[in-house]
Amino acid sequence: MMKFIHKTASPPYFYHLSGLWIPWLGMITLLLLMAGLYGGLIYAPTDYQQGESYRIIYIHVPAAWMSLFIYIAMAGAGAIGLIWRIKLAETVAVCSAPIGAGFTLLALVTGSLWGKPMWGAWWVWDARLTAELLLLFLYLGVMSLYVAIPDKRVASRAVALLALVGVVNIPIIHYSVEWWNTLHQGPTVTKFDKPSIDLRMLVPLLIMAVAFKVYYVWSLFLRVRVELLERERNSQWVKELLKQNKESQA
Amino acid sequence: MKKTTLSQVFFALLKRDLLLAFRHRAELFNPLLFFVLVVTLFPLGTGADTKLLQTMAPGIIWVAALLAAMLSLDTIFRSDFEDGSLELLLLNAHPTSILVLAKVLAHWLITGVPLMIIAPLLALFLGLDQDLIGLLVLTLLLGTPVLSLIGAVAIALTVGLKRGGILLSLLVLPFYVPVLIFATNAIEMAMSGLPVTAQLWILSSFLLLAITLTPWPTAAALKLSLS
Amino acid sequence: MKEFFHMGGYGFYVWLSYGIAAVVLISNIILPVYQRKSMLNKLAKKIKRAEQLK
Repeated sequence: MMKFIHKTASPPYFYHLSGLWIPWLGMITLLLLMAGLYGGLIYAPTDYQQGESYRIIYIHVPAAWMSLFIYIAMAGAGAIGLIWRIKLAETVAVCSAPIGAGFTLLALVTGSLWGKPMWGAWWVWDARLTAELLLLFLYLGVMSLYVAIPDKRVASRAVALLALVGVVNIPIIHYSVEWWNTLHQGPTVTKFDKPSIDLRMLVPLLIMAVAFKVYYVWSLFLRVRVELLERERNSQWVKELLKQNKESQA
Repeated sequence: MKKTTLSQVFFALLKRDLLLAFRHRAELFNPLLFFVLVVTLFPLGTGADTKLLQTMAPGIIWVAALLAAMLSLDTIFRSDFEDGSLELLLLNAHPTSILVLAKVLAHWLITGVPLMIIAPLLALFLGLDQDLIGLLVLTLLLGTPVLSLIGAVAIALTVGLKRGGILLSLLVLPFYVPVLIFATNAIEMAMSGLPVTAQLWILSSFLLLAITLTPWPTAAALKLSLS
Repeated sequence: MKEFFHMGGYGFYVWLSYGIAAVVLISNIILPVYQRKSMLNKLAKKIKRAEQLK
């Protein structure tokens, strides 16, 4: 088992494998996004309280889910990298940060755009938006730490450590902020026993959530490939790869 | 060679750090001065309306204390990193995580305790109710060690960098938020005569969590920074 | 069709949200693709230079 993992996680093998996966991941993402957008913008009925403005939910909520999911994935990859010293896991942790920060920013901006017509203000210090803002700071901290440390091997281990400390802190921040202020609507989706959301609204939401997850893997693979090339630029496999490229161009 | 026990090393480290701090008294007073300055600026910025200042007092004092604690973090490991004694600390046979705790404790005694002593004076400046001053000091007693402990992780990660200043605040401040929330919430609740035992228990649990959990990442981060 | 873009008066908020989402999602794909190309070019040039020096 460990042998298999080490083989798959070796940079040249992963570079090759991800190259094969990327077009498929892109295609699945686009198909899911089209289905989700059709469902969310056309098929789902109008909300009787919020009118059409609720359709921002199909971006806002999946983006907010992804912002948390990616942070946990980043910490998980970081832990694997620190414990078993797998280079690929460290790279995955590092490359997850900008994608996660993108989703966090998206959740914040769409939250603000949704808040303006609903609450009458661009920004309200409500619990979830504030927690999301703090999450953005956590991501920015991870990204700046990586940029600041010149030795990339050390930098990725430092990032993994910071992400691990952060992941312990996320629930604490979440509940503190919840305690501090609650203004948001109660969680409507996780209440499976008594669904308070119309099924025709829920299905597109779940499709969008899956689409964002596949998108994350797609974008992650693209970023990891760049990072691997940069780090392994002096290794044999990169030189061979360049030779092959040259031959195929000639 | 004589073998030293862990507690001997722990207290020797503590004593050394305290001694060093007292020899550089100016550094000792800098965070304190900053704390007083920030609190003084608030009435000048918002106007000296007694009622307004009173309601904002816990927030102002805590935010200023937080910033002062953050500014002083650099002194935990910086000078040791520069003169090489940090490497000796890591080479010590005793677990680094416990030795790190000695350094953090010294740092808290040097920076956290003076903040606690000066805070009642500033509370009077802002017109905070006299009965609440004890509670304010209690929240600082429970909260400032957490700030030092969390700060140690961040400073250990950035100690090797030339310009860690703004990066440090970005790393540390999100982690300081829960302490800030519960400490100020306790004082605000007490202002309106509500019980605050829950907040104090939560602050104590933060302190216990920080004492048990932060030394490991601090030690690991130091090893990384020195590699 | 006009009604669809109007979104019951919330068109501005809804479409701005989706627009920003599109920008964020697309840039997170385009950027690494572009970076990989420039990285490969850079490395290829480096090898070429090393060969010329031989």
